[in-house]
Amino acid sequence: MKMKIVKTGMSGTMESSDINIVIEKGHEAGIKIHLQSSVEKQFGAQIKSVILETLGEMKVNDVVVRAVDRGALDCTIRARVQSAVMRAVKKENDMDWGIL
Amino acid sequence: MGKRLRRTMLYVPGSNPSMLADAHIYGADSLMFDLEDSISLLEKDSARLLVYNAIKSIDYGETEIVVRINGLDTPYGQSDIEAMVRAGADVIRLPKTGTAQDVIDVEKVIEDIEIKIGKPVGTTKMMGAIESPLGVINAMEIATASPRMIGIALGAEDFVTNMKTKRSPEGVELLYARSKILIAARAAGIYALDTVFSNVNDEEGFRNEVKLIKQLGFDGKSIINPRQIAPVHEIYTPTQKEIEDAKQVIRAIEEAEEKGLGVISVNGKMVDKPIVERAERILELANVSTV
Repeated sequence: MKMKIVKTGMSGTMESSDINIVIEKGHEAGIKIHLQSSVEKQFGAQIKSVILETLGEMKVNDVVVRAVDRGALDCTIRARVQSAVMRAVKKENDMDWGIL
Repeated sequence: MGKRLRRTMLYVPGSNPSMLADAHIYGADSLMFDLEDSISLLEKDSARLLVYNAIKSIDYGETEIVVRINGLDTPYGQSDIEAMVRAGADVIRLPKTGTAQDVIDVEKVIEDIEIKIGKPVGTTKMMGAIESPLGVINAMEIATASPRMIGIALGAEDFVTNMKTKRSPEGVELLYARSKILIAARAAGIYALDTVFSNVNDEEGFRNEVKLIKQLGFDGKSIINPRQIAPVHEIYTPTQKEIEDAKQVIRAIEEAEEKGLGVISVNGKMVDKPIVERAERILELANVSTV
């Protein structure tokens, strides 16, 4: 499945244990992550690595990710990144489950 | 039929990460992650992904994981099934099951995915929620529509609306549906689960309803709040006297079998096959080994 970002994709809430993810087309090559987290000192690197790994699995490049974390588990971070991407490529209900 | 207890099946909205992470700590026998009515149309995709990732990563221990999917007549059903079979949900719960064909259609999708991903065919179990007069009429056909079916459940809110009435504390409006579903489940050898009780603050009304459905013969109930777990388990747990009596029956029948005796009596009461089965059921509920 070709992951062509056609709009800004957002997923997640500001509630405790969640993470809000916004994905936009980047103006430069590569993935840029802006993270705000209540646990940034302890887990900032881990959260970013989960975001990067999830984008990598979905073969998404050249995007800007804005993440506001409220103490989400890794599985929640993955889910929010995946749905933000699928919304950004406008294929919300047309997932290729084999890629996850 | 397996020996698993299904006294409580706790609804967990699939859109709530915090509840998905914690739901198993309250001790419900089964968790039912919901992708259907509790999820707005705009969040169907994200709830599906939250539940998918939660099932794959969170260790729910021995708790049974059931997922209520959207029907195949919606744009979400197919993707819900694919995601949940891949994630490894124990049971797919069909909403608004009206006919055996509804079960067969979902089974076909499940089977195709199991084959595609190399999972043994038949691993994913199914259950059906019966929520309409048509479903009640077809309860037996629904219960026997697939060997994957482990149970049927009553969904009363839609049902009473279809029946042009509303729920009452005594539940007289549900008597026929409950009885029909129960008899179909028993004839098919699968579980029967009762509907939710929506008023979490009415504990007395809730307890009365649980006593009623236990007396009718239901295996358990769908519940909407962790606070409802303890009362159901308490009402379903046999008393110490019932447990002692049941153990006595089992011991007596084992002795009789060793001696080659047929019918025996315990404390002056005749003990035959149905009494033994009832004793075994009490020990299952008490979670006590018969040894």
